[in-house]
Amino acid sequence: MKYNIITLAAGGALIASALQSCKPANTSTVVTGDAPVKAYVAPGKYDEVYNFVSGGFSGQMSVYGLPSGRLFRVIPVFSVDPEKGWGYSEETKPMLNTSHGFVPWDDLHHVQLSKTNGDADGRWVFGNANNTPRVARISLKTFRTEEIIELPNSAGNHSSPFLTENTEYVVAGTRFSVPPDDVNGDVPINTYKQNFKGYLSFISVGKEDGKMDVAFQLECPGVNFDLSRAGKGVSHGWFFFSCYNTEQANTLLEVNASQKDKDFIMAVNWKKAEEYIKAGKGRKVTAKYAHNRYSDETHTATSEIRNEVTVLNVKDFPDICYMMPCPKSPHGCDVDPTGEYIVGSGKLAALIPVFSFSKMQKAIADKAFDGAYDGLPVIKYEAALHGEVKKPGLGPLHTEFDAKGNAYTSFFVSSEVVKWNVKECKVLDRVPTFYSVGHLCVVEGDSKNPTGKYLIAYNKITKDRYLPTGPELSQSAQLFDISGDKMEMILDFPTIGEPHYAQAVLAEKIKKDQVKIFKIDDNKHAYFTKGEKEAKVVREGNKVHVYMTCVRSHFAPDNIEGIKMGDEVYFHITNLEQDWDVPHGFAVKGAANAELLIMPGETQTLKWVPTKPGISPIYCTDFCSALHQEMQGYVRVSPAGSNVPLEWSVGTNQPKAEEAAAK
Amino acid sequence: MKKLIILSSFALAAILIACGGEEKKSETAAAATAAEQPKSMVPEPDEYDPKRGEGKYTAESLALTDKLDAAMAIAGENASNVKCASCHKYSNEKLVGPGWADVTKRRTGEWIMNFITNPDPMLDKDPEAQAMLELCLVRMPNQNLSDEEARQILEFMRKNDGLK
Repeated sequence: MKYNIITLAAGGALIASALQSCKPANTSTVVTGDAPVKAYVAPGKYDEVYNFVSGGFSGQMSVYGLPSGRLFRVIPVFSVDPEKGWGYSEETKPMLNTSHGFVPWDDLHHVQLSKTNGDADGRWVFGNANNTPRVARISLKTFRTEEIIELPNSAGNHSSPFLTENTEYVVAGTRFSVPPDDVNGDVPINTYKQNFKGYLSFISVGKEDGKMDVAFQLECPGVNFDLSRAGKGVSHGWFFFSCYNTEQANTLLEVNASQKDKDFIMAVNWKKAEEYIKAGKGRKVTAKYAHNRYSDETHTATSEIRNEVTVLNVKDFPDICYMMPCPKSPHGCDVDPTGEYIVGSGKLAALIPVFSFSKMQKAIADKAFDGAYDGLPVIKYEAALHGEVKKPGLGPLHTEFDAKGNAYTSFFVSSEVVKWNVKECKVLDRVPTFYSVGHLCVVEGDSKNPTGKYLIAYNKITKDRYLPTGPELSQSAQLFDISGDKMEMILDFPTIGEPHYAQAVLAEKIKKDQVKIFKIDDNKHAYFTKGEKEAKVVREGNKVHVYMTCVRSHFAPDNIEGIKMGDEVYFHITNLEQDWDVPHGFAVKGAANAELLIMPGETQTLKWVPTKPGISPIYCTDFCSALHQEMQGYVRVSPAGSNVPLEWSVGTNQPKAEEAAAK
Repeated sequence: MKKLIILSSFALAAILIACGGEEKKSETAAAATAAEQPKSMVPEPDEYDPKRGEGKYTAESLALTDKLDAAMAIAGENASNVKCASCHKYSNEKLVGPGWADVTKRRTGEWIMNFITNPDPMLDKDPEAQAMLELCLVRMPNQNLSDEEARQILEFMRKNDGLK
């Protein structure tokens, strides 16, 4: 059977390539004969790799399987998701709280898998909010967002959430420098040079529970921090940030921030900064930021507003930060698997500089400096340089690595991926992408041990790749087999939102520890209904709490009377099922928010404010059983002041009606 | 309905895979299950024992006495209230599933234990379970009972049926 499928697929590919051979060279000619077989995962078979792809302006994170490109789940993170009740249920609303109040959307750019000893450990994946600066931590046991922390003194959290080799810290560097939160920010914009500062946040991550905390912030010169990567192996203890707009322009950056021949990669000795913080050298600064956590025991999120953060001004501690000149507005700033080589990618450069960590250390020891930038020592370009990749392509952006000493760099302007040898700085291969590739990702390609079989290019522009869908097109991903000398495209698939950056990890690291149900005996929700016998409706003034259960295929209670106009009704629904993949849904007519999806053993709450007297149906939205269509009920709403008593029932209305008829 | 099919075929696939058998088309699996049931799962491979059902429990392993463990029965009632009572009344009245009155007289203890801890495989082959499914039209869900909970629930059923 398997053999037949492969033969068919291969046959199809042969026919396809035969047909294409008469056409002029275009986008479709690059798929070679056995590509469909390489990307084919038979029905019922598992993919080898999980691919966590940021949703960019969708604010969410999507999960694909590779090599099939099948979409498994969209995890709601920074944007509300009515399908899952995220940001609509009473339990999840606090997750989107910020110092600005409830923020229903953000722009999720980068994802990072947690690491142990420099390798992906399959515990968590982090995402950044680019607009209202935040970092989220998602559990890979539940594939749900567990924690979101806001970042003070920041605006545009872009160089984030990159993390150190044992997940000691997740960083968040501000893209927009702004006046700090504890001073009056009501200043003329053209006072950028005096008043605007760039803050780098170091978020500690609890070893066991993953709990995040803003451990400290580094106050740095006011520039744009773009991307960052932690050192690893030999360079563990250091972090590297690309900076642009070292011109400190506050308008028309496309011209004014492109004046200098070189901007910088800033090398940060975070171990040193940590020592200063431990020695009490940090200053406590007033700030306001939200810290939100979701509990799988109470099935409820809490939001806490923090009021203080510890700051080190790097100018006062000259051995923390060093500036390495890097040509033309560096964007990507990537560290190879050994930790020795740091690759800078100037968006406007015609070469890729590769810096050497050991040469950088020597340059610092020898004080091979070329003056200072805003008080920070500038290392001589040549002193830290390992080599340059000459004429690699146009518009280098991002680099990841394989296990054989090769690097793969994306080129936005020339729409291609270029493979080159890190030690020799020599180009080995190039393939086109369709079109305008941004980030790319190699499976575990930023770790100490990349697995190196697949590379995925995430493209900003789709144009003619798929059936047209009006003016608005999906963005795309292209999958390459990089196990041979030549890169080979084997699949092309559309993505949600903007697939800004992604990480991929071997499936075996994640699939073994999945949560399948929430144990109902462990449910500590404040409105948990422990079995149908405890189902009830409780009035507290104009607030009505409905303690409801659900099981295939009914709600209890499913008849409620005595709700009055002006009431706020809270449906607290406990799913009594204890089997995998049996969620129930809940919706009520006229609700101004969304539906709920309630997983087995979980309790979730939908708030409903009736808008008119009458009968409002409720029903299960998630096809649960043969009698799913029977899973429904009624709520009677009476005018304010009416004396209809508060009553609830399940299964008893029929006799009542008969009694009524008999009278 | 879709989920039902997926669930049942998944369960079948899991059994087949667990024993290293070749994968079979799921459409035919339901009919073919009995014949293909691997030996390790059933102590007597040639005859399905409808008194015992399918699962790990046997009369010997259960070793029921005719004396009630009152504390165990109370724990069983608490567990039943949360995990079972939405669908089963403790009287003889059918709700979603059959009422529990006299269930310990209709079935052996091991059959009950096997059914409540291993419902999907039993619904796929046990004649009595299938007959009830035709009446109720809802597959009894797997409520992931622990061994201890299942035993407590059986004790409550025995108490419900008048055992002292």
